[in-house]
Amino acid sequence: MKRAPVIAVGAVLALLVLYPLVVRDPFRQHIVILVMLFGLLGTAWNLLGGFTGQVSLGHAVFFGTGAYTSTLLLQHLGLSPWLGMAAGAAAAVLLSVAIGWPCFRLSGHYFAIATIAVGEIVQILVTNWEFAGGAVGLFLPIGDEGLGALQFHTSKLPYYYVLLGLLVVAVALAAWLRRTRPGYYWRAIKEDQAAARSLGVPATRYKQLAMALSAALTACAGTFYAQYILFIDPGSVLPLSLSIQVCLVAVLGGAGTVAGPLVGAAVLIPLSEFTRAYLGGSGKALDLVVYGLLIMVIAAYEPGGLVGLARRLAAGRSARSARRGAARGA
Amino acid sequence: MSAEVVAQALVSGVLIGFVFALIAAGLSLIFGVMDIVNFAHGEFLMLSMYLSYFLYTGLGWDPVAALPINAAALFVLGVAVYALLIRRVLKAPMLAQIFATFGLGVFLQNLAIWLWLPDFRTVGDTWLTGRVEVLGLFVSRPQLAAAVGAILTTGGLFWLLTRTEVGRALLATAEDRQAAALMGIDPDRMFALAWGLGAACVGVAGALLSTFYYIFPQVGVVFGLVAYVAVALGGFGSVAGAFVGGIIIGAVESLAGVFIAPAIKNVFVFAIYLVVVLVRPRGLFGKS
Repeated sequence: MKRAPVIAVGAVLALLVLYPLVVRDPFRQHIVILVMLFGLLGTAWNLLGGFTGQVSLGHAVFFGTGAYTSTLLLQHLGLSPWLGMAAGAAAAVLLSVAIGWPCFRLSGHYFAIATIAVGEIVQILVTNWEFAGGAVGLFLPIGDEGLGALQFHTSKLPYYYVLLGLLVVAVALAAWLRRTRPGYYWRAIKEDQAAARSLGVPATRYKQLAMALSAALTACAGTFYAQYILFIDPGSVLPLSLSIQVCLVAVLGGAGTVAGPLVGAAVLIPLSEFTRAYLGGSGKALDLVVYGLLIMVIAAYEPGGLVGLARRLAAGRSARSARRGAARGA
Repeated sequence: MSAEVVAQALVSGVLIGFVFALIAAGLSLIFGVMDIVNFAHGEFLMLSMYLSYFLYTGLGWDPVAALPINAAALFVLGVAVYALLIRRVLKAPMLAQIFATFGLGVFLQNLAIWLWLPDFRTVGDTWLTGRVEVLGLFVSRPQLAAAVGAILTTGGLFWLLTRTEVGRALLATAEDRQAAALMGIDPDRMFALAWGLGAACVGVAGALLSTFYYIFPQVGVVFGLVAYVAVALGGFGSVAGAFVGGIIIGAVESLAGVFIAPAIKNVFVFAIYLVVVLVRPRGLFGKS
């Protein structure tokens, strides 16, 4: 690893650690919590969608699995949310096998729409499932605050650092996987599945591995969300719009890169939160008009995402500084 | 439950299924010609329904009589979207294509909320309002008219594609872009035409639906999702397949609503999709 990336990673990490100590405004802290949450979700999605090239538009299913599993276990058995998080991740892995085993035979749009179909089915079923609160949703039982109960009522800081920890683990995992055998297999599958198979890559097994890891991380984020908001319902943890936004964060930043989902979340989430705060009042949807416009512009002008744009700019600059004007032609 | 109820559910399901079929045919045409799924298709439908609404409330023009206006307006919209947005992502990765049209959908939907508020509107009573009795079954007249209109329009599209020079050029472009270009067919014009025709199909569907369906900014979401399932069910790129897919979905949705529970009827629509693509991964009529 070169020195520049190490310094950059250290600087970003230091900034994230110091941020809530300097910025005390709860709304601004909340925004960075959302950025990290979507950074985590985008990183998880990226393992399957970006690294392996299997576009899922149904990741809310895993998020909801994490949120509902830990919440139901907490409500009915008083189980610690940390164990609930593990149980949610395990449930999401099982679900990912149940979805992946049949759906990995599909390719391209057929796979993407199959994941939408699964997502819609799960959302409709949970909405009509009385035991899980149905359409009304579930309030988490409020208890004493503390790390063990993963509930904090006086400050957002503990939530912030717990989430930062989860994010660091997920990003480190993604960076490590990218440089080891699964990462290379995934990239081979993404480029050309038939060719990868002919070279002996067990494609289905490795796609399943990507989906299981992705589902588990997404479920952990779901449990965190439930503990943070203390209320869940199908409209907030299972909708198609959530699946799309997770995918969008990764794609906007740069699908298939480690930094992409983080960059995407850091740009998209504050943008949508601030436009909502400043333009979204009075029930008018001007914030989402701007949001839609932005998605279109980025897709049309920068399909490689912001990381792709940054790389191109950096390449252009180094080429210029080396006085090799034609270097960009390749 | 009597046979009469089954027949009644089946008839009304198939009738709305024809409208699904028309929406899906337009989506499938676009996909077939250029391998791009229009995730803003439902929003095109929504715009067409609002057009009918404003023509009716503003000028008193009947939605069915004004149908050619809807078709023409949406044709222009489709071509404009192609020229301004889609042309830029033709060679981009699939994800960029998905988000180009998805962003367009978000934009249009929320523009509608911003401009026209999230209220539910209806055109109200038209000359179609009422019902007819056919063989002991009651059929709503607007739904019957919508089904007939959808059948005629899809038939017209099919005739255009298979019996005219320009239609064959479209199919040739779908078959092999480069070979078609070598035969002197300009792919760029064909793509624009596919977007125009695909959008015109939803334009007609929107006018037909506006006589009996609520008009609101999110109306396209439901129809859009059903159309994707219909298209995938029939096989991406097959207009005939999309048509059959639409009818199957209309029937399944209606029967599940009557026999199981209206609240979860869409579970069966999506489940049917999963079953079909798992047995036939490219849909019922898809090209392999």
